Amino acid sequence: MKIAVCLKRVPDTDMRFAVAADGKSLDLSGLKFDMSDFDGYAVEVALRLNEQQGPGEVTVVGLGPDAVQETLRKALSMGADRGVHLAAAEVPFDGLAIAQALAAELAGQGYDLILFGRVATDTGNGMVGPMTAELLQLPCVTAISHLDIKDGRGTAHRELEGARETVSFPLPAVLTIDEGIARPRLPSLKGIMAAKKKPVESRPAALGPIRLTVDKLELPPERAGGRIVGEGPDAVPELVRLLREEAKVI
Amino acid sequence: MAFAGVDFYQLDTLLSEEERAVRDTVRAWVDEHLMPIIGDCYVEGKFPKQLIPGLAELGMFGANLPEEYGCAGLNNVAYGLIMQELERGDSGIRSFASVQGGLVMYPIYAFGSEEQKKHWLPRLAAGKEIGCFGLTEPDFGSNPGGMITTAKETKEGWILNGTKMWITNGSQATVSVIWAKTGEIKDAKSIRGFIVPTNTKGYAAKDQKGKLSLRASDTSEIHLEDVHLPKDAILPKSGGLKSPLMCLTQARYGISWGAIGAAMACYDEAVTYAKTRVMFDKPIGATQIQQVRLADMLTEITKAQFITLQLGRLKDAGTMTPQQVSLAKRNNVSMACDCAREARRLLGANGILAEYHSMRHMANLESVYTYEGTHDMHSLILGQEITGLAAF
Repeated sequence: MKIAVCLKRVPDTDMRFAVAADGKSLDLSGLKFDMSDFDGYAVEVALRLNEQQGPGEVTVVGLGPDAVQETLRKALSMGADRGVHLAAAEVPFDGLAIAQALAAELAGQGYDLILFGRVATDTGNGMVGPMTAELLQLPCVTAISHLDIKDGRGTAHRELEGARETVSFPLPAVLTIDEGIARPRLPSLKGIMAAKKKPVESRPAALGPIRLTVDKLELPPERAGGRIVGEGPDAVPELVRLLREEAKVI
Repeated sequence: MAFAGVDFYQLDTLLSEEERAVRDTVRAWVDEHLMPIIGDCYVEGKFPKQLIPGLAELGMFGANLPEEYGCAGLNNVAYGLIMQELERGDSGIRSFASVQGGLVMYPIYAFGSEEQKKHWLPRLAAGKEIGCFGLTEPDFGSNPGGMITTAKETKEGWILNGTKMWITNGSQATVSVIWAKTGEIKDAKSIRGFIVPTNTKGYAAKDQKGKLSLRASDTSEIHLEDVHLPKDAILPKSGGLKSPLMCLTQARYGISWGAIGAAMACYDEAVTYAKTRVMFDKPIGATQIQQVRLADMLTEITKAQFITLQLGRLKDAGTMTPQQVSLAKRNNVSMACDCAREARRLLGANGILAEYHSMRHMANLESVYTYEGTHDMHSLILGQEITGLAAF
């Protein structure tokens, strides 16, 4: 199958974050960057599909500054075949602008599947996948936790609160991938060396108009320290009272 | 939480994208597969055999040897970073990979025939064969040229006799690179290397019991009693003591990197503990004595990182000398021993538990300090380099 996986380069979520001097963006100094977590699952799904179903091609597509190529090469070192870098000075917050650039790249290329992570771990909008599907006029299933492909049709599971939904759809389709579907493999050392020889094309991103802007970014307030209300069974009534009346959690 | 490494001077900016990618892969592998089990392995005195396929699949054995023999073809800095990350987990696991790559695959690559290389290297890279390196003997450690293991040439091939000791991977190895004298017992020039499948009649390995260090690593004694080998068991390009010493230079190079990994693990543990352990109503990290400990560790780790990265660049350029390796091995392992001991002390009583890592590293590093050329021998190698006068 011919599969495209759209990747986003995001700050590593293990890092400590600070707001930049402009008050509306992250202070990038000292941050490490990596592929967005859910995108890693999407790459793994694509690689496994082609490993199980015979030869195919996995193309990874990333939008942003040149550093995005490093994230694309990580996917190539995991086993993807080629990369496409859609160059832009920065990744806009406006998902539709991004979706327009991706749709322009992906349209008419004969992809059987176009995969996204369920949501980017930095902006957390979850918009770009469904919007790209809309622009390409393709069926879209979001946040899937299981996937089967057979005879040109797919079946996907979606985990709902206390229930599971099974959705079937024709190919080509756009899917956004939830965690837990297939643990992303580590790039092997040979894979890292092989990735250097795999093609990465770079061209300007045909971004749509950017109509959304972030005006302010604030970190949550520091959490206050805990309080010890007493010790042993004698403290229970007071604890229950506080949980009920003050914290209002029971 | 994932291990973030120690990089006070932005050394990452001196690494290539591939070098960082290799480091990050091994780091993630160690977090995921080694850290959850290493404490138990150490206490039980068991090498975690189950990790061998995973190590092989990622390509960690002989990773700096060429792709045509099934290896990853990495440069020596990337190879060093693998050793660093493995030893961040445990010196025993790094030792396993060092022996397989630097002491078994390297001599077959450097001194073997094309047939030997084609036969053995892909199998060793894939972890289908496990190797060990037989140089040290009960009475010949720092003086390997004095060895008394012999290889007598016959019409059919060779007959080996002798005893080797302190052999890492000895009991689980399927193939052994054995060094023996083919001429007079005083003639160190007659030392040659042999590839010995460990199921050959007359070959026996026995675990060395009672180790208080490198407990998650196999260490064995090997007995060779009239071990008959075919003619083509000899490594044709090996000749004299220089050949095994070239192997040791490879392994010592990896140890220089590995020691930094162990030191980083201890520093990282000490920093976390110092910030969270409260005594006298404040974190112990707010006390001057612990801050001095941490400042010393960070300083020494940073210095070692610079020495070792440049050593790697020299190795990649083909201009590294064995004496430069001696300086890095001597400095870095001694530095790591100090960091481990100070971290253990900072951890107070908790520091003696296997749940924490510093004391395990501290005990392991005493072996690393002693093997592959003791700290003292490397002092003398440097002394000889400086003065032109041998003191050994």
